[in-house]
Amino acid sequence: MLRALAILGFALLYVPLAVLVVYSFNASQLVSVWGGWSTRWYAELWQNEQVISAALVSLRVAIFAATIGTVFGTVIGYILSRFGGFRLRTMFTAMATAPIVMPEVVTGISLLFLFITMEQWFGWPQGRSVLTIVIAHATFGMAFVAVVIQARLAGFDRSIEEAARDLGARQPGIFLGITLPVIAPAVVSGWLLAFTLSLDDLVIASFVSGQGSSTLPMVIYSKVRLGVSPDVNALGTIVIAVVAIGLLAGLQIMSRAEARRKREG
Amino acid sequence: MRDGWGRRLVIGVPFAWLLLFFLIPFVIVFLISLGSYAFGQPPYEAAIVWEGWRPVWQGSFDNYVFLTEDPLYWRAYLGSVQIAGGATVLCLLVAWPMAWMIARADGKWRTLLLFAVILPFWTSSLLRIYALMGLLRPGGLINSALMGLGITDQPIQMLQTDFAVYLTIVFTYLPLMVLPLYSTLEKLDGALLEAAADLGARGWQTFWTVTLPLSLPGIIAGCLLVFIPAVGEFVIPNLVGAQDSPMIGDVLWREYFNNRDWPVASAVAIVMLVLLVVPFMLLRNSSALKGET
Repeated sequence: MLRALAILGFALLYVPLAVLVVYSFNASQLVSVWGGWSTRWYAELWQNEQVISAALVSLRVAIFAATIGTVFGTVIGYILSRFGGFRLRTMFTAMATAPIVMPEVVTGISLLFLFITMEQWFGWPQGRSVLTIVIAHATFGMAFVAVVIQARLAGFDRSIEEAARDLGARQPGIFLGITLPVIAPAVVSGWLLAFTLSLDDLVIASFVSGQGSSTLPMVIYSKVRLGVSPDVNALGTIVIAVVAIGLLAGLQIMSRAEARRKREG
Repeated sequence: MRDGWGRRLVIGVPFAWLLLFFLIPFVIVFLISLGSYAFGQPPYEAAIVWEGWRPVWQGSFDNYVFLTEDPLYWRAYLGSVQIAGGATVLCLLVAWPMAWMIARADGKWRTLLLFAVILPFWTSSLLRIYALMGLLRPGGLINSALMGLGITDQPIQMLQTDFAVYLTIVFTYLPLMVLPLYSTLEKLDGALLEAAADLGARGWQTFWTVTLPLSLPGIIAGCLLVFIPAVGEFVIPNLVGAQDSPMIGDVLWREYFNNRDWPVASAVAIVMLVLLVVPFMLLRNSSALKGET
């Protein structure tokens, strides 16, 4: 009984994706009519400059935002799990984790109004651009990274850090030489999480982007709104393939590391 | 700690970033919500006007009064909570057996099934919504199959309905529900189930009295992970919902992008925050989630 229900759940997850992949090879102009196998939509996608440039904007934003978010998020996670009490700690904790639960439309509109106000008062940032999207994405990305890092540090043997301190190492040295290498896998997965969230975001980017800084989700959204365009199927298939390959590679690396750890006892 | 200044710097920099890009924006939104709509650039009268160095208060709570008077907003707040709540329950019903199956599977199968849940989570949600729309549209596979089987002779309208909104929320958020459920079920001690069986409990009895209560932390975590973003959802009601979709995220979006009414949009945002964040903070401080984090 439970097993049948579970299989139904997996089917719900995968049937739409399978249909998307199959129809990305449809020769017909009409999405609902099967016209034989073809790769024309991939060719069309490849020539669509709007999609290509939006994809490049998205990649650039995601790389910068994930990197800034990971640096700050790692530091925040470290502060939350190691620094004990300090003044305004409650406020700090709330601000650091609240972006996770904030509705995207609220984050989007509040950052937009901030940027407009800052421009009025200080003349910076000038208009909405890639820069404003990066700031917005870095801010919510760091909240997710901080949670990942804090969880990793919670299960971390502190005696190594204390041993280093007893041997005369100073705080920055302990962090860079001991803590960071040990939590490196969590830092990497935090970066990947922030990167994916940035690539996926439509709502916040729509509020804080300006002329010439349309991200890929914004372009896809307008295509979907305007009607059916089969090249979105091709794009979806490419994204699924890239994610699948990336995940499989990650799994492979992890299981190999696991095997090595077992061998070395 | 010895290096006091270093410590202050390490805390200070992220603190300043969060103040500037997280807290101050809400203060600005709140101030704008107290202003009034005006034709101009920016399109509002500020709540506080400066005459030299003297602040003059011009604001009012009119926008909030307006929200309570127009049934559209009431319906949208209630509708969002209702749709998100219903979809969360449906999501839980679909996800629990999946998490159970993964937790019971061994070795290679477990990895494979986990991979199958994580893969959609890392792909674009917008593209996945598009994929589902392809199935639901009048000429889509579901309608073709129904008509081919002679069950209906006309395509059934599935897009632009509440049904589509529920289904799409379940479909998009399913991995967020499965993963926390899996992590509590995985830790569940098999000996407890054997003990229940030894003491004469039947399958369903064990499920109701042992398995389900023990998976409660995962259920709570998963429900929060789905419910909270679903309440503020914009993309799903906008793409697959009815024309005048009763979800508040969509209303806020229209208020800003179509009506260009910044003060009302701000008031909608502030009320949304209060409605959503206050319960979350209360829940987070309750004991239920302590074990999880």
